[in-house]
Amino acid sequence: MQLFQTISMAFKAIAGNKVRSFLTMLGVIIGVMSVIVLVAIGQGTTASVTESISSMGTNLLTVNIMTRSVGGKNAMRGGMTASSNSKGTVILKLDEILELEQDESIAYVSPTCTGNLTVKAGSTNTTASVMGVLPAYQYIINQGVEQGRYIIDADVDNRSAVCVIGVDLAQDLFGNTNVVGNTVYIDGRKFKIVGVLESKGTSMTGSSDESIVLPFTLAQRMLESTTISSIYVSAVDSLSVDAAQEFVERFLYKKYQNESTYSVMNQTQMLETANETASTLSLMLGGIAGISLLVGGIGIMNIMLVSVTERTREIGIRKAIGAKRRNILLQFLIESVVISGLGGLLGLVLGYGLMHVLENYVGMSLSMSLGVAELAIAFSMGVGVIFGLYPANKASCLKPIDALHYS
Amino acid sequence: MIIMQGIRKEYRMGDNVVAALDGVDIHIKPHEFVSIIGPSGSGKSTLMNIIGCLDTADEGTYIFDGQEISDYSEDELATIRGKKIGFVFQQFNLLPKLTARENVELPLIYQGVSTRKRRERSEEVLRRVGLLERMNHKPTELSGGQQQRVAIARALVGNPSLILADEPTGNLDSKTGAEVMNLFDELHEAGNTIVLITHDAKIAAQTPRAIHIHDGRVLEPAAESEVVI
Repeated sequence: MQLFQTISMAFKAIAGNKVRSFLTMLGVIIGVMSVIVLVAIGQGTTASVTESISSMGTNLLTVNIMTRSVGGKNAMRGGMTASSNSKGTVILKLDEILELEQDESIAYVSPTCTGNLTVKAGSTNTTASVMGVLPAYQYIINQGVEQGRYIIDADVDNRSAVCVIGVDLAQDLFGNTNVVGNTVYIDGRKFKIVGVLESKGTSMTGSSDESIVLPFTLAQRMLESTTISSIYVSAVDSLSVDAAQEFVERFLYKKYQNESTYSVMNQTQMLETANETASTLSLMLGGIAGISLLVGGIGIMNIMLVSVTERTREIGIRKAIGAKRRNILLQFLIESVVISGLGGLLGLVLGYGLMHVLENYVGMSLSMSLGVAELAIAFSMGVGVIFGLYPANKASCLKPIDALHYS
Repeated sequence: MIIMQGIRKEYRMGDNVVAALDGVDIHIKPHEFVSIIGPSGSGKSTLMNIIGCLDTADEGTYIFDGQEISDYSEDELATIRGKKIGFVFQQFNLLPKLTARENVELPLIYQGVSTRKRRERSEEVLRRVGLLERMNHKPTELSGGQQQRVAIARALVGNPSLILADEPTGNLDSKTGAEVMNLFDELHEAGNTIVLITHDAKIAAQTPRAIHIHDGRVLEPAAESEVVI
């Protein structure tokens, strides 16, 4: 029938009972608000993890080698060219690793070694993450310098005491980031700062803004690491990643004869893993919030049932003057949908407000997709239909004479 | 307008079956103003429900406005009620949250009449009952007599074939009751068919014809004067 009339009747009925309507809505409001905020938190986490992975470039391969491998014996027996120390551990030489760059699918290779050392400038003393790299590393992870220069080949060859410093660390030590040419003491040894790293923010592997980068050869000595346990490789383009990965794996297998000694991960695999974890998180958060929305729906049903009983006489009058079953059904159904829909809208607004607070005052990273808002509204209205159906049907089935004589 | 033959209606009360109506024959012509009078428990309310298509009889034939009312679904009965019958109740039965005009317009909403036509019609009938200037008041802001006149306007708004009034003066003092009865007289003169249900012989005496009902049966017209209240 006249849908508009029915909707305006529903609004009148809701406006006529403001406090009750609001309390009924509250369940849906809280439900929708928590769906939106929790899903945004989940998506925000996903987005920041994905971003930190993909900012390193999609061409990246990460090689991890378990030190003190058992592969030494096999290597000896196989008569491989790999040199080994007296303990029988295969040692990868820097030159051997750099040979990887000869393959046409591989652009850059850089071994890395990391550790934490004390860093001192003037009277300021702190512990920082120290990373030894080759010059190629800047291209592999797309992080160059903001000021000064990066590590160069000569630094690596000469084991020069130079370093490139992260912005946050520079800020901590010197109070400003204009520090090229200054001197820092790393583990008691004097280093000249030749550059400041580009800021990349915090990633899941820690912040590069708080680390310090040294020539690989010198870092190896300072960290007393004789083996190479971590190598970053970048393929020439994203299409070559598979070929590069295969090449690296073949190279490592030749060395170690044992696949469990090393692992080669590409960014796609890392992204997949990270995304899987993050979407499970989102789903879980959304699910919890969905339950509260469901509880809100039950609240609506409860109130609508009370309302039907209270308005039995009204239903009788309406029926006596010509209302059909579906008129009454629609009236109560629309009422519950309007309550839940309004609740959904209010929840959306409050949810946005809460997200704003979380982002700006708590500093959480949130990501809101329009789809979730639409889904939450649609879902809350769906809740209104589902939980309104039973009371509305009950109302429409009342017999006019019984309803008229109800007092 | 109304032809009833052998109407029976039974109610089950525990193990007993009580016949509220036990073979009622009634004939009411168009433009008649008839009262149905009987003491409480006589079956007049049941009779009103059947005449008003709020309920259907168990046995017998009921022809209303040339249409046989039997085996209709609830929705079909609702349509007949909306289009052909205007109800006036003892309790007024106005919706308290709607204004007088909105109450009057309600039957037209269910008939799907356009907003403009609804306005015209509701103003017309409210003018007829003398409440045009109070049409934006809610029932609680009106006196009993005014509320009943709004209810009469609501009954009139759809141009029904029959106006069915159930104790319309029962909740009114005698002065406003008389005003309401005058209004019915005017409507009768204007050509409306009116059936008025009452237990009050004084009210029944004001109508041109009275049908007496007792223990679920219609008494002979000859018995008109000896009705026991």
